[in-house]
Amino acid sequence: MQTADLIDRLSSEDPIAPRSGAVVPLAGLLVGGCIVSFLVMWAWLGFRPDLAQAVATSAFWMKFAYTLTLAALCFWLVERLGRPGAGIARPQRMILLPLAVIFVLAIAQIATAPAALRMHLLMGASSHVCPWRIVALSLPIFVAAALGLRRLAPTRLVAAGAAAGLLAGAMGAWIYAFHCDESAAPFIALWYTLGIATTGAIGGASGKWLLRW
Amino acid sequence: MSAAEVHLKTLMLAALAGDKAAYRGLLGALGEQLRRYYRRRLPPSDANVEDLVQETLIAIHSKRGTYDTALPFTPWLYAIARYKLLDHLRRVRLRPTVPLEEAGDLFAGDESEAASAKLDLEKLLAALPASSQAIIRQVKLQGLSTADVAARTGKSEVAVRVGLHRGLKALSEKLRERQDRADR
Repeated sequence: MQTADLIDRLSSEDPIAPRSGAVVPLAGLLVGGCIVSFLVMWAWLGFRPDLAQAVATSAFWMKFAYTLTLAALCFWLVERLGRPGAGIARPQRMILLPLAVIFVLAIAQIATAPAALRMHLLMGASSHVCPWRIVALSLPIFVAAALGLRRLAPTRLVAAGAAAGLLAGAMGAWIYAFHCDESAAPFIALWYTLGIATTGAIGGASGKWLLRW
Repeated sequence: MSAAEVHLKTLMLAALAGDKAAYRGLLGALGEQLRRYYRRRLPPSDANVEDLVQETLIAIHSKRGTYDTALPFTPWLYAIARYKLLDHLRRVRLRPTVPLEEAGDLFAGDESEAASAKLDLEKLLAALPASSQAIIRQVKLQGLSTADVAARTGKSEVAVRVGLHRGLKALSEKLRERQDRADR
């Protein structure tokens, strides 16, 4: 086909595009992914039995705040990476903020705890399963994020995949918090972050072929 | 801000607001820009320039909703152009192609002797593990140096040499086995 014919054909279509781009579908897919992941958590692990009392504790909301802030910032990052040529410096810097807060909290708790308790604050009772469960719960959300990202136009596939992985990891960790009864900041800072980072690594490694368009 | 940026962004904003004439003008101008962009980056004889221009125009059309109107237009344009260029180069590296005009050379002359030898070699190679197969192909058939292969695959040069040595040893063993069977 001649390029001129192609231009004729393309410009005969309505050029109006919604200003939001494909961000709304991305958000919709993420909500769907979260619902799936939530149901998996419910069927597989169950809610923590003391959920009703836990919602009155600050530790419960600390987990919420950490994972959801991280998720919101990762969503911003994913959205920027889905738009060709858009800068990512600001969301990238901002992501360090919740990480810094949780690590400061963790260090403060360890520093003020009696020496005999410190190891328990870090290791809790479920550190051996925590990151893996977070990765597992993140996978449906990661699939949704990747599908949504493909509707945008990522041009840096490894970075976009990693950002989608981190986003899915943060949301998966949030959902896992409905089951997990650990409440120490050091535990969250280490094991939740590890699960989120692992999902990010999976995203980065698969981005190159998963996100091609 | 360059004149091209101002001009193209004006057209893009009008197009996104529904102005078909502006959209046609934009695609025409982008066609020119992209042709220049790809000509400068591909070998002069490359017949893929026009394909890439068209592919990129289609991408621009289908992804026009990802342009953030708060940002300049040309970085968006060139990020897509560059993505399509890298994607193209990656595909060509995976599956080298020859322009149709030169393809005749591939079939000219009687090469059945060479072809059957090559077929034999392919059969033997196919029995080797994939990693040593790849090394032998690159070093012995394509004539790359072990350093080149190391750079391409991200292995150390020593690892490539060891792989090559093992692969050739296995290959000669396979040949000997076959010879034995034929002698029997």
